[in-house]
Amino acid sequence: MGHSYEKSVKTAYRIITILAVITICEVAFALIGKGYIIEGLHFPGWLIAGVMIIMSIVKAYLIIYEFMHMKYEVPGLVKTVLLPVGLLIWAVIAFFYEGTDWGDRRELIDNKNKEKIETRAKPMEQGMVKEVDIKNQ
Amino acid sequence: MADTLTHPASENKEKLWNGGKSPFKVSYGKLMMWYFLLSDAFTFSGFLIAYGTLRASMPTWPVPDFVFSLFPGLAGPEWPLLFVTLMTFILLASSFTMVRAVQEGHQENKKGVVFWMILTIVGGIGFLSCQAWEWTTLIKKEHVSVTVNPFSAHTESGVYLEGDGHGIKEGDTFEAGDSYLIHKHDGEWHNLDYKVTDGPNAGQVKQQSFGPKAFGALFFFITGFHGFHVLTGVIFLIIICVNAATGLYVKRKNGYEMVEKIGLYWHFVDLVWVFVFLVFYLI
Repeated sequence: MGHSYEKSVKTAYRIITILAVITICEVAFALIGKGYIIEGLHFPGWLIAGVMIIMSIVKAYLIIYEFMHMKYEVPGLVKTVLLPVGLLIWAVIAFFYEGTDWGDRRELIDNKNKEKIETRAKPMEQGMVKEVDIKNQ
Repeated sequence: MADTLTHPASENKEKLWNGGKSPFKVSYGKLMMWYFLLSDAFTFSGFLIAYGTLRASMPTWPVPDFVFSLFPGLAGPEWPLLFVTLMTFILLASSFTMVRAVQEGHQENKKGVVFWMILTIVGGIGFLSCQAWEWTTLIKKEHVSVTVNPFSAHTESGVYLEGDGHGIKEGDTFEAGDSYLIHKHDGEWHNLDYKVTDGPNAGQVKQQSFGPKAFGALFFFITGFHGFHVLTGVIFLIIICVNAATGLYVKRKNGYEMVEKIGLYWHFVDLVWVFVFLVFYLI
């Protein structure tokens, strides 16, 4: 595999140490940012989220490239595995945009739901339900 | 590595795909393990994106360092994220012991493979035990279920009009963003009354409302699906460890490749946990 046994054992120890240190940094940053360690100190949510996402991606890189030996695979294999993952980037952006929009329109949706309930509450003859619903939509 | 998998660099690149040799310089089994993991990554991403979308659409969401703040044997709740950090370290450590097992496999060192694989199995079982405790605490003690979520956070400031016997006293004040847990008394939910002290609703008397319903379902389903992967991994680790111990892989042409394949799977489980840890506990 192009690298000696002693060297790869050393690398493994180095990588696990880095992963452990990053994890400690993540937890420490989460707790400091939310005011647990220094009284009254708060980081904005986007800063906490941004730093956490970057640190997690570094961890993911180390696990895939070092522990899973992606570093030593031929470029063709690396591309077939990693390029499809790129599709997820758009999925994440699109769905978060959508989710935020649902949140912003929550009031509107609640009002619409109430309207429907009021219409349905009117006394109706059996079999008329469908017609009335269509009219009011 | 078997000789059939290597080819001299001088060889014509176009002939690489003509058959008879592996263009990716890996065996069929390892390549398919990579593609299985790729598809599994999409499954997990689907779940995690659903979680993120629903969470983004909610006005409040249970704050993780409030929800996950208990530690077995320690008086709490004053240990935010400590227990789940321990879980993360157990899984990371087992990933490292797996790397060592694969390295010993390359050296054809049977004893080394078995030793490091046993440590990996211990790590996997340790992680599952931690998860069992975490789930038990959420279900039995805090009464979170797939349809009911007593964890939430206030959206306005106010003052409590009654106590709950769990640390909240009558007259305690709170601010928007403060977390709370609704307790069950004698099997009945006990939502506390409070008076809003600022904003457009100041002066109104309200009752603690339940948190977003989706929290329980998403948490149990996603961590459960990950836990199921860990459990499957432990079972396969045991099978392959026994096979290695009986000397099966000494006789095989491709040596300890099974150890490499389960290693890939095991690291993937650790990789997924990096993101589960990120979205459920850190943010």
